[in-house]
Amino acid sequence: MEFFLITLLNSLSYGLLLFMLSSGLTLIFSMMGVLNFAHASFYMLGAYFAYQTGMVFGFWPALFLAPILVGVIGAITERYGLRKVHKFGHVAELLFTFGLAYVIEEVVHLIWGRAPVDYRIPESLNFTLFTLFNTQYPAYRAFMMLVSVGMLVSLYLVLTKTRIGLIVQASLTHPEMVQALGHNVPRVFMLVFAGGCALAGLAGVLGGNLFITEPGMAFSVGSIVFVVVVVGGMGSLVGAFIASLLIGSIQTFSVGFDLSFIDLMAGLGVIIDSNSSWYAGLSITISQTAPVLPYLLMVLMLIVRPRGLMGTRET
Amino acid sequence: MERALNKSRLILWSSVALLFVLLPFVFPGGFALSILSQLGIAIIFALSYNMLLGQTGLLSFGHAVYFGLGAFVTAHAINFVEAGVFGLPMSFMPLVGGLAGLVFSLLLGFVTTRRPGTPFAMISLGIAEMVAASALMFTTFFGGEGGIVTNRTAGGVVWGISYGPQIQVYYLIAVWCFISMALMFVITRTPLGRIANAVRDNPERTQFVGYNPTRVRWIMMSLAGFFAGIGGALTTINYEIITAESLGLMASGNVVLMAFIGGIGQFWGPIIGAVLVTFLQSFLSNFTQAWLLYFGLLFLLIILFSPGGISSLITIHAPVWRAGVMKRLLPSYMFALWAGLVTLTGIIGVIELLYRGTLVVGVNVAVTWVFSGLLVLVGAFFLRRAIRAVTQVWEDLTPELARWS
Repeated sequence: MEFFLITLLNSLSYGLLLFMLSSGLTLIFSMMGVLNFAHASFYMLGAYFAYQTGMVFGFWPALFLAPILVGVIGAITERYGLRKVHKFGHVAELLFTFGLAYVIEEVVHLIWGRAPVDYRIPESLNFTLFTLFNTQYPAYRAFMMLVSVGMLVSLYLVLTKTRIGLIVQASLTHPEMVQALGHNVPRVFMLVFAGGCALAGLAGVLGGNLFITEPGMAFSVGSIVFVVVVVGGMGSLVGAFIASLLIGSIQTFSVGFDLSFIDLMAGLGVIIDSNSSWYAGLSITISQTAPVLPYLLMVLMLIVRPRGLMGTRET
Repeated sequence: MERALNKSRLILWSSVALLFVLLPFVFPGGFALSILSQLGIAIIFALSYNMLLGQTGLLSFGHAVYFGLGAFVTAHAINFVEAGVFGLPMSFMPLVGGLAGLVFSLLLGFVTTRRPGTPFAMISLGIAEMVAASALMFTTFFGGEGGIVTNRTAGGVVWGISYGPQIQVYYLIAVWCFISMALMFVITRTPLGRIANAVRDNPERTQFVGYNPTRVRWIMMSLAGFFAGIGGALTTINYEIITAESLGLMASGNVVLMAFIGGIGQFWGPIIGAVLVTFLQSFLSNFTQAWLLYFGLLFLLIILFSPGGISSLITIHAPVWRAGVMKRLLPSYMFALWAGLVTLTGIIGVIELLYRGTLVVGVNVAVTWVFSGLLVLVGAFFLRRAIRAVTQVWEDLTPELARWS
């Protein structure tokens, strides 16, 4: 019970972090049709910027500064990169962001080196919030959840209640019409791209010190975020939300189980001979399969329901 | 439709074969030979990738999976031969890798090719991650961190070939590279290859004509997996060790770069890319830590300014050459080259300064910083003008060229 509750809380906070990443990706994708390969790189930049600005100003200003900086870089990327490539088609756009991911990783190597940087949880949040049975629950994880939910709610309000949100929504489906009504659609695109990148940056600020801030963090998170978007259905925010929580809990829970098929059979009274040729394969524990599970889920989803959980389009 | 085998094409292919035979004599020595062997493998791999991206329009980020799995199966096959489980001359070992690549791409391709376009790209990436993660799980097959070690002389001496010396391995790679190149070229001329092009350009219409686009994609992907597997098998024979790195995301990304830098519009584009990228990787990595950065920048530049890759830069000049007006382009090109070199020197200076801290021993660091910065600024200033000049000449030439094309 203790394990279950704590893991549930952990997977919730991790899932919300994933959603912060996948929501930006989904918004950008459904608006511009561009799959931003460099999205996780912006997440990484968020963490590094927070580390750097945090050294000067402290954590709290960095919480705001870093996402803004990442957003500015996103806007520049859109304005001077993607917009130029746009005329060559979607493959070129995708490859552009792919190349950008390479370059960002190398620039991070260049500036901060290959080793992880010492980006820590701020002292003011480094305490135990409550003790559940015997496990202490850190306040930072709760803070992370709070920021994620706050971000979620404000994103929802901005998209549905404000004027700019309505224009964004209209540009999603009818860009020509919005343009004809006198709105600057390319600028809306730029804003959405910058906003999505800023969300990724915010996720980086929050995730960077909880996990680890190192140059490989973009690649390790990036592919999981893609799985989230595919499982949730391309272009669906609700789907991305469900899939984020689902994959967050799959990953968190599976790491905790140290059971293998052999243990299971032993529990049922069947002892498998350790000399058996299948022994090596069967002795793999669930926690060992943890890195593969999200991808397996994706493959299953593709076989059963190719458009994803909430996807509306086949392609 | 033109015939697949005409006179000029026969001459071209026989000169390629001759080139493969002669290369080790032109560039003797161990280092050159190992580079040449790498080149052969890279060419097979890049061309097989272009069967997906260039011909079928499938942007895959997981092509190294089939390359790597082919390599691992071959490594085990060689070890079986050494243990005496079955016999197979080493010369035919690439077929084992190819078949392994074929089987795995048939299996995985069935799932991945169900959706084209961007979803395909993401799914291929997910599959690649899945296989890479499994590689660390199933240590019996993948050998864990250390990989699988083999012995390429295991097959014994067949027809006087032992595969001990590198030169014999080079010729094995050259022969298989030539066969694969020829086969992949022939595939582009078959009805299947043509339909694959149609699926790339307009899947809906292909469906109306009576072909199943999903199946065409699946077949093309399986064939691409076959050739990738051949490349993987040759890697195993060449290095006698194979690790899980070879099927990881880095390897998959690498082949995307090769194909795209070379150009996916022409059959021979990826060959240029494979040669260039392999050279850059072997030589640049000796000189600088930042070679991946240069690489990424080169890739971005090509996407921004010449999305058809290097091969399209060559083909757009064919009409100019035929019209005999190349000399009118030259002055602006020389200007652009000069400005580009200045900018490049400045950028290299800045990047290397960031990496190393100093550039030239004995010279004040601040001076090198200012100098590199100045070079970038001056170069960029003139480069903008040069680009404008080049565009201007091209615009002037367009009406003349229209008569020639």
